[in-house]
Amino acid sequence: MSVTPPVAPPGAAPTAPARLRESHARAWRGIGVGFLVKLVIMAVVNAFGILTILTAVGADSWLLASITAVLLIVADIVYFTRRALPLKYLLPGLIFLFAFQVFIFGYTAYIAFTNYGTGHAGSQSQAVDATLIQGERRVDDSATYPMAVVERLGTYGLAIADDDVVRVGTPDEPLTTVDGEIGASGAPTEVSGWTVVPRAEVLTDPAVQQAAAALRVPLSDDPNDGALRTRDGSTATVYTSTLVWDEQAQTITDTTTGTVYTATDRGTFTSADGQSLPTGWYVNVGFENFLRVFTDGALLQPLLSVTGWTFAFAILSVVISFGLGLLFAMIFNDPRVRARKFLRTLFILPYAFPAFMSALLFRGMFNSEFGVINDVFFFGLPINWLGDPVLAKLAVLWVNVWLSYPYWFLVCTGALQALPSDTLEAAQLDGAGRWRSFRSIVLPLLLVSTAPLAISSFAFSFNNFTVIYMFNNGGPAIPGAPYALGSTDILISAIYDISGVSGGAADYGLASALSIVVFVVVGAISALAFRQTRKLEEFA
Amino acid sequence: MRMTAPRRALLGSAAILAVSALALTGCSGGGSTDDAAQGGDGPEIVVWTDAEREQAIGDAAKAFEEETGATVRLVQKNFEDLRNDFIAQVPTGEGPDITVGAHDWLGALVAAGVVDTIDLGDTASNFEPVALEAMTYDGQLYALPYSLETVALVQNTALVGTEAPATWDDMIQRGLASGAERPFVINTAGETGDGYTMYGLQTSFGAPVFVQDASGSYTSEVGMGGAAGERFAQWLSTNGQAGYLSTTIDYDINNELFASGKAPYTVQGPWAISSFEGIDVAVNPIPSAGGETAAPFVGVQGFYLSAQSKNALLATEFLVNYLGTEDAQRALYEADPRIPAYTSLGQEVASDPIIAGFLASAQNGVPMPSIPEMGSVWDLWNAAEAQIISGAEPVSTWNQMITDLQSTLAG
Repeated sequence: MSVTPPVAPPGAAPTAPARLRESHARAWRGIGVGFLVKLVIMAVVNAFGILTILTAVGADSWLLASITAVLLIVADIVYFTRRALPLKYLLPGLIFLFAFQVFIFGYTAYIAFTNYGTGHAGSQSQAVDATLIQGERRVDDSATYPMAVVERLGTYGLAIADDDVVRVGTPDEPLTTVDGEIGASGAPTEVSGWTVVPRAEVLTDPAVQQAAAALRVPLSDDPNDGALRTRDGSTATVYTSTLVWDEQAQTITDTTTGTVYTATDRGTFTSADGQSLPTGWYVNVGFENFLRVFTDGALLQPLLSVTGWTFAFAILSVVISFGLGLLFAMIFNDPRVRARKFLRTLFILPYAFPAFMSALLFRGMFNSEFGVINDVFFFGLPINWLGDPVLAKLAVLWVNVWLSYPYWFLVCTGALQALPSDTLEAAQLDGAGRWRSFRSIVLPLLLVSTAPLAISSFAFSFNNFTVIYMFNNGGPAIPGAPYALGSTDILISAIYDISGVSGGAADYGLASALSIVVFVVVGAISALAFRQTRKLEEFA
Repeated sequence: MRMTAPRRALLGSAAILAVSALALTGCSGGGSTDDAAQGGDGPEIVVWTDAEREQAIGDAAKAFEEETGATVRLVQKNFEDLRNDFIAQVPTGEGPDITVGAHDWLGALVAAGVVDTIDLGDTASNFEPVALEAMTYDGQLYALPYSLETVALVQNTALVGTEAPATWDDMIQRGLASGAERPFVINTAGETGDGYTMYGLQTSFGAPVFVQDASGSYTSEVGMGGAAGERFAQWLSTNGQAGYLSTTIDYDINNELFASGKAPYTVQGPWAISSFEGIDVAVNPIPSAGGETAAPFVGVQGFYLSAQSKNALLATEFLVNYLGTEDAQRALYEADPRIPAYTSLGQEVASDPIIAGFLASAQNGVPMPSIPEMGSVWDLWNAAEAQIISGAEPVSTWNQMITDLQSTLAG
């Protein structure tokens, strides 16, 4: 960093403490106010943490539960022992760093190595479940039987009322007729040899409910006759399944056609002739997504042209808004300007406005027929700001500059006021004019403190999805470009288009790989630029 | 967008946190007076809904809660987020038991393996066949339908009367004769293009987005190419030059122009009628521009059941026997007036001429394809239409779009 930390002036530090004593953090002087405050805060943290763990366990989210548990224990150790003094200050920051940076980046990297997306959204067992659901069909002319869930020694079965006759069965024993009574609702109320589970219990006891929903009671020994199942706990109908899952062989067989679908390492069930079942699962695909980025011509070519505009957009955004901000900062830093404070406040307004709202408003203002910009500034000429590729780029830049120059105005105002006035006076005495002293003294000194901000501002503009998406969604479309990429699409919005998330046919794996590539590019440029800024410091 | 999936997962955990914290404060703050209102410790089914339908579903849930002792927890989300969130969260176990959704999501939901079939049994006959058909995928019913929606020709009766124009040209003539600023206005979503609203005009040239097979199911074969598509592209270009179609019109401008009487005709859905307050409108089927019947997309909305629901019986019970009743369907209609999919309710509300007009337009319509391929169509299709309207060479632009679309679908 170029800003040197403030050095305490000599003499300010106590030269010799009267007596070496323990730090405040360690000293025990009974229960002081500070300790009580700490106790209350830690109690809240612990309560919140334990609540999170309990909820996560309840939702079967074991990863979240264990991470929270570890963090909670670490927090308690750090704040209730005397050893970890630096950690007392660092821990909250570290936790946020982990939760919002490391975890998200790690997860993105993980997704980049999978084919997670439409058709590959869950695990294999979920895909099997879903496929079997899709293959299980109600027998068209099946009657709907009033039924009851029955239980015997922990085994659940279905009892139906079939024309005054009670029949009962379990998944292992086909339906047989037994003695029993049929109640007023038409469902069996008493079944000999079985306990009838009240319907309220079927619906409200989660374990019974799941057992009942999973029950398939065959009508006879021939599985082709189908099986009874219940969808709502009060009626049963006959279903047949056309798909059979063989876990040993990892195949799903369609019994009506005899087609065998085999689990592939691509996360699909595919038959010998290449037909796939609709539902797949996500699998690790190694570097394939990254390879696609660089080898798929249909992908690489538009990405390269988009990359060019992305750099132009990011660099121009920073340079123009920096220049504009600096210009206004110098004007409103001049003591001769009246009402400076009020005017400065006005300048900060765009900065205080939500960016996506501004972008939406500008979209309306740039409308070639109804927009205020053509009406007021161009005498109603139909200038097609949003439809022409070059004008659209200008308009996007304009919006982004309008949104970001107040930031530079603020930064430059601060930096200008911190310039050493004696250096400037000396330059004046030496006969330097305004331009000369600006170029040789003001600007270099200013750059020392603002260059790092310019680099982060570049990185922000590089990934400024909000402005592009809200203002014109990357439009106008480039004629003939795949994925409907537009002339003002920057890399991040192009990735959004390519990933297909907006259309519903998403490829998160490819999108994650692309965003990691972009991250590497931005990271490399920032690192390089930061090295360059050291030279500025040497100058200063 | 970058990191959508993990962010969603985090949001999910945050939501759990927030909700449980609320539950905790609710329990401790509520005191002993309203213990009964806490719903006990019975099971809970979670329903995702958007703001418009939240109240109506809540009303249907009250009877259900009283009769079964279960709790229905409504989680409100933006309608546009529901599909992706549902696909992302059901496999993680954090999804809901039931979600509101549109029928054209069905292909993606089936491919993701996140929806369960439902069995309406004898009550199926209470619903419009087209609604059930739209919610059916590969012969299986996946959702309880509740509303139909489509676009129709909306006309300002003060300017052009209530009579439906016979053809596009007839409409333009009447529009010009009305003395309004422009004869007709239609949303193109600005430079983005809007194939959805324009679709009725497109089908009147015999250029459907996908070819339908004999049973009416969509195949993945693009149907917009060839001479019919080129004729439609030519028509877009001609009317773009004439200014009847324009890429300066977005949804709000469209409604503003119509509502202020600057255009006597527009194509809009029932959702826009509330923007036309203060003027008398008549609703008619979309006029034919290419000679064949103008068939707009019919969308169906309904309730999907999660394939990973831990309360499948209870959720089905709520869906079929509570939300599927006439009372609940009426409440949904009143909360957010769309054409009901419940037949008797549809007949009841068709006494309103506006609803009757949309119903007539829907009867000309075709279900929007629910195959996953449809998701890849919109961007390219919309963009090509916008380019042609704003002056691009029509035939080559259109054919390029067809080529790109076919290669996207193949890859």
